[in-house]
Amino acid sequence: MRVLANQRFLTLAILAVVIAVLPFVFPSSYYFRVASLVWVSALAAVGLNILMGQAGQVSLGHAAFFGIGAYAVAIGPAHLGIPSWAALLIGALLSAVLAYLVGRPILRLKGHYLAIATLGLGVLVALVITTESSWTGGPDGMPVERLTLFGWRVSGSSTWYWVTGGLLLVGTWIALNLDETPTGRAFRALHDSEVAAQVVGVDVARFKLQAFVIAAVYASLAGSALAFMNGFINPDQAGFLHSVELVTMVVLGGLGSVLGSIVGAAVLITLPQALTVFQEYEHLLLGLIIIVAMIFMRNGIVPSLSSLLVRKARS
Amino acid sequence: MAEFLQFLFSGLTVGAVYALVALGFTLIYNASGVVNFAQGEFVMLGGMVTVFAAAAGIPLLLAALIAIAAAVAIGLLLHRLAIEPARGASAVTLIIITIGASILLRGLAAIVFDKQFHKLPAFTGDTPIDIMGAAVQPQSFWVLGGTAVVVLALYVFLEHTITGKAVLATAANRLAARLVGINTTTIMALAFGGSAAIGAIAGILVTPITLTSYDVGTLLALKGFAAAMLGGMGNPVGAVVGGLLLGLLEAFGAGYLSSTYKDAFAFLVILIVLFAAPQGLFGRRVVERV
Amino acid sequence: MNAKANLKTLLAASVMAFGVSQGALAQGTIKIGSVLSVTGPSSFLGEPEDKTLKLYVDKINAAGGVNGKKIELVIYDDGGDANKARTFATRLLEDDEVIAMVGGTTTGSTMAMIPVFEEAKVPFISLAGAIEVVDPVRKFVFKTPHTDKMACEKIFEDLKKRNLTKIGMISGTDGFGASMRAQCVKVAPNYGMQILTDETYGPRDSDMTAQLTKIKNTAGVQAVVNPGFGQGPAIVTRNYAQLGMNAIPFYQSHGVASKSFIELAGAAAEGVRLPAAALLVGDKLPDSDPQKKVVTEYKQAYEGATKQPVSTFGGHAYDGLFILVEAMKRANSTDPQKIRDEIEKTKGFVGTGGIVNMTGTDHLGLDLSAFRMLEIKGGDWNLAASGS
Repeated sequence: MRVLANQRFLTLAILAVVIAVLPFVFPSSYYFRVASLVWVSALAAVGLNILMGQAGQVSLGHAAFFGIGAYAVAIGPAHLGIPSWAALLIGALLSAVLAYLVGRPILRLKGHYLAIATLGLGVLVALVITTESSWTGGPDGMPVERLTLFGWRVSGSSTWYWVTGGLLLVGTWIALNLDETPTGRAFRALHDSEVAAQVVGVDVARFKLQAFVIAAVYASLAGSALAFMNGFINPDQAGFLHSVELVTMVVLGGLGSVLGSIVGAAVLITLPQALTVFQEYEHLLLGLIIIVAMIFMRNGIVPSLSSLLVRKARS
Repeated sequence: MAEFLQFLFSGLTVGAVYALVALGFTLIYNASGVVNFAQGEFVMLGGMVTVFAAAAGIPLLLAALIAIAAAVAIGLLLHRLAIEPARGASAVTLIIITIGASILLRGLAAIVFDKQFHKLPAFTGDTPIDIMGAAVQPQSFWVLGGTAVVVLALYVFLEHTITGKAVLATAANRLAARLVGINTTTIMALAFGGSAAIGAIAGILVTPITLTSYDVGTLLALKGFAAAMLGGMGNPVGAVVGGLLLGLLEAFGAGYLSSTYKDAFAFLVILIVLFAAPQGLFGRRVVERV
Repeated sequence: MNAKANLKTLLAASVMAFGVSQGALAQGTIKIGSVLSVTGPSSFLGEPEDKTLKLYVDKINAAGGVNGKKIELVIYDDGGDANKARTFATRLLEDDEVIAMVGGTTTGSTMAMIPVFEEAKVPFISLAGAIEVVDPVRKFVFKTPHTDKMACEKIFEDLKKRNLTKIGMISGTDGFGASMRAQCVKVAPNYGMQILTDETYGPRDSDMTAQLTKIKNTAGVQAVVNPGFGQGPAIVTRNYAQLGMNAIPFYQSHGVASKSFIELAGAAAEGVRLPAAALLVGDKLPDSDPQKKVVTEYKQAYEGATKQPVSTFGGHAYDGLFILVEAMKRANSTDPQKIRDEIEKTKGFVGTGGIVNMTGTDHLGLDLSAFRMLEIKGGDWNLAASGS
């Protein structure tokens, strides 16, 4: 138990130090922008990891909740006169309710069937966003009013760096704690074997549903943050490809590892930026790196590297 | 009636392509448990290689054969270089590998070929055939006929050859198959090669109607996956039925309901089917072993 | 143990993230930035833009550059993703420190990048179609392609001349199609147009006979308009012929203004009309036409260098680049503010898209005459006889 508590503390400490130190080495606010994108995506990935890594359920439509959060803060102030901060909460609530309603029947499905059902949900949400252009601006997207908190207008790359970094820190802390609550242990039991978990008295359906709702709220908050940060939002953020990207982040970083989700997000966001020097070979290399990483670190970057280190230390 | 027939043929033609993609998914899934998200790229390769080989002056039939061979080679390479080295990894890891492969193949195609749209001439002309008032492109019959031949050939292979039975055995239980002396690695390679061939054939048949480009694969993979799920993952009959059904849903949805929400309509039906029959229309009931 | 592992991974990630070497700021060059959709669903727009910019920057530099300085062009590919475009916009401004930008392939990515350039006060000449890029006018944002609203107006003008007022529409649901559809619906009453049926198709759909059958069976449709780009309109055109609808006049948009549309649609494209820039019919223009020289030279240069047929999309990039270069010459400065002021004063600039006259309230500077109504005959573009 103490080891676990230490590990939890360590993950948080590392994250906090990295967030605090990075600004000192950033040469320009472009780096703040990229880092903020990493924090936002990582927030969504950490949430998805609760569903995928801890409850063992794959969602291929998770960007739908990201999109709901993003469009809530876009539509709320623009069309309904709702203040931005309230729209953010409403978006999260909407995502939670949708996840709860749809999750009940969806989560009865197993494995790839769950994947297709969530994919269907994602396609539906993205389609509505693309089509109802009088509300959402259609495929070209719509502008988002800046977030104003207590008269303070949140804007600027470095400001958003701290806001998103802080959000991620809180999100990570909650996810780590969830891991160690009875619920979290139930989640992990699920991941290993659903029947076994049931036999030992875990209410499988309820825990799966909880994980789905929590993951949806994480994605929704991340979506809202991105919308505020960009001042602009378009349907791509709710689309299938973004869902796939989120899943890739979680698996690449290490399924079940909170730190892994953050590293996965960092790799997938920064890699295309780094690969721009290769111009037309960018996608080829991106694909290649994903394949090679998964072959040689099949449990994901963080778990694979840490077990490698453990082995080295023992020998 | 003419209107109904028009929608019907439109839906069947598009559905046949979904069916072939779904069939490709099924073959690989059965042999290896992998959901291959690079399946759409095989369709792209079939179309693009044929286009470029034909443009280089190679007769169409030969160009098509070259395209199938190229796709099979890529399928085998995908298995040998990306799936086989990761043997024993979890299903979701393997899925991410195929997603990586799909990005890589698309990037490769953009460099080797180009980023423009391309077409192929219809095999037997463009003059529409009148069927009780519905105008049907002759190529539609090639697509439907070609799909039927592929399905039949696959059926004969699986049910009436020793190798085919080995595939089925591997699908049923990989460990048991290995115990009775089946080389499951060969079977998996076979599945990737066969699945690539099916995808390439789909690409060749449909390019005269739908055009092709380096990135047609993504959407086809999505629709093919949905079709395979609708029919019941792992069941070839289900894949074909699921594909045709999805095509018909889209066509009738666009024709009779709303063209904007036709995809929503199709996915709603999929969701409802899954709620009623969680294993898809023809899926096997899987009992989890503890 | 875990600490080390975690730290190492994070370090590796941060090195990957931020170890991107910063291009040294070369002395005596002018840095111009561009974010284009060279890959992704809009690559057929972005690719000719990319090639055009590279081709002409090389030419300009070979001829001695601008104001004695060579141009350094920084191009990033957003893959059609607006969020990525926004990041690259920040990168161009903060990291590469460009003094102006010619880019923004799609309206989506342009709209996402606009706030960044407005805030940094750096001129941004967009290559995107929709009218919302320059309406309302933003101080630092300009664009070169004709707006979708103009395309609708040009089509309706032609329809009116032909006494056709009842139309059916079939639009792509991509950004281009959806935006133009909305503009057409908006301006239709001004021309007495009645839209009897309004269908759509997805950007990647492969068969539109269902939608066209509905239009065919709608009584009273005198003409059909198809706003859309990419392969969609080619398939619509082929399905149109398949269903034997050729007797009903059919209009495409400037979104298909490249030779590949005619190739893809084949014989089905015969008789299709569309509004497009003079570039497509350069050799058919009378010698007196002021654009003739510019468009034939661009066509030759582009086709010679790329071995691909010229498209109006690349032409927009050409126009954007030279509007910027001339403004820089007039300003004789690399101060973004001064360059902006000079771009706004662009008068009588002859480009591939038309003759550009910008003002403080018009950051496009083209009028309807910049569009030519073309008709496809014998597998080639032709100027449509007006009123026929």
